[in-house]
Order: sequence, then C-alpha cells, then structure tokens
Amino acid sequence: MPHAPFIIASYVIAGVGLTWLVISSYISMRRAEASAAELKDRP
Amino acid sequence: MHRFANPARFLRIARPLTPALFWLGLILTLAACIWGLFFTPTERLMGDTVKIIFVHVPAAWLGMGGWTGIAIASIVQLVWRHPLAGVSARAIAVPGATFAAICLITGSIWGRPTWGTWWVWDGRLTSMLVLFFLYLGYIALSNASSNKGDTSRVAAVFGIIGAINIPIINRSVIWWESQHQKASITLGGSSIDSAYLVPLFVAVAGFSLLFGALVLMRMRAALAEMRIEARMRRMAES
Repeated sequence: MPHAPFIIASYVIAGVGLTWLVISSYISMRRAEASAAELKDRP
Repeated sequence: MHRFANPARFLRIARPLTPALFWLGLILTLAACIWGLFFTPTERLMGDTVKIIFVHVPAAWLGMGGWTGIAIASIVQLVWRHPLAGVSARAIAVPGATFAAICLITGSIWGRPTWGTWWVWDGRLTSMLVLFFLYLGYIALSNASSNKGDTSRVAAVFGIIGAINIPIINRSVIWWESQHQKASITLGGSSIDSAYLVPLFVAVAGFSLLFGALVLMRMRAALAEMRIEARMRRMAES
C-alpha cells in the first residue's frame, strides 16, 4: 500500500484546519476591535 | 496574578504578544513539517507513515491541553471571579475542538495503512472522540450565555467536570487493551529515536505558540464585543 496519499491527506487536513482557525480568529478580532473603536469615538 | 485581571492591562500585553506568538509559531510549525516530511528517515515498522506524527501528536497534546486550560480557567472564574478567566476559557474552546478533530482525523488516516482499519472502538480513540464531543457541548453552552464574550457558570462547571476525561485519555492505553501504542514520551524519558524526537518537539513548540496566538486573538475579539455591548447599553439608557 503506498503511504504518500495518507501522509499528504494528514498534512492537508491539518493545514486546512489551522488556516481556517487563523483566518476566522483574525477576522473576528479585527472586526470587533474596529467596531469598538468606532463606537468609542462616537459622541 | 490578579494584576492581570484588569482587561486594559491584559490588552496592553496581548496586542504586541499576538503577532509575536503567531509569526514565531508559524515559522517553527512550517520548519518542523518540512523537516519531518523531507529530512526524517523511514521507520522500520511503520514506513513513511511515521511522518504523520508531526501533525498528529501536537494536535492530540493541544486538544487535551486546551481542555486542561478550560478547566483551570473555569476554577479561577468560579473561585476568584477573575474577569478574564471566563473569556479565556471560551477563547480556548474552538481552537481546542479543532485540534481534537485534527488529531482524530489524522489518527484515523494513520490507522488505515498501519492497523488495516480507519477506526477501532478502543479506549484511546473513544476517549479522544468523547473529548471532541465535550468541546462541542462546551461551545454550545457558552454560546447560550446571555453575556457576549463571557462564560456562564453552567459552562464553567461543565468545563471542570469534563476534565475527568483528560486522565482517562492519558491512561487509556494502560488500563485497556488498545490498538494504539503505549506512551512513547513520558516524564521519565522517551522511546522515540532522536531523528524523530527533535522535529517533534519543534512541531509541538510551533503548534503551541500558534494555539496561544489564536487564544489571544479570540480573547481580544471577546473583550471588544463586551466593550461594544456595554457602550450600547449606556447609549440606550441615556
């Protein structure tokens, strides 16, 4: 049984999971901090 | 420790720390993956599938470490009413669940060529699956909380009770017959060859730093949401 497809699949899944986590966390942080800053400046 | 209970003081530290942890974590993770994939020898019994260890083991440790963090933060929240404890516990939940899922999926993929099956209902795999479902339950409970960003007492109690599963996962390969191998790395030493052990530690360090950066990002988002909610309430009252 060739091992390469199993190794590639494992790294792709880890990469996709990690990329999704980083992007979603970063976007929610930037969006929330921008909204908070905008509200703070509002009189 | 209570010095850092102030969210403003926490944010002053978290803002420069987030990119530092992220970039250092990313560099170490990529270096460990390249090292593990291209510069480690083929193992005598498992062949090249041993290279899956560099994503599977860090994911397993962080999945378990994440819940340990939730349990500690939940105790701090309930006992000392530390204002950041609930926020940090909630921030750990989604990254912890994702790492537990990565551990389960990569483990299943590793099992097919080495054990001849994708899944067996043995102690280690089942208790890890239970941890993933505990994460889902915790996320649902904490999202049901009325305060944005903060965590309810029910979720905190759930976080503490769920920690019972962590020693079960750890001891499962000793308590029950298991397809999964016994612990290769213990406090007493390691049975893994240094050709795999060194890149594995680099991978664990890299993934852990990334995990820290992700938790900080999610804590900053939660604190900003709490500030928005407080401001909206004041605006509605005036």
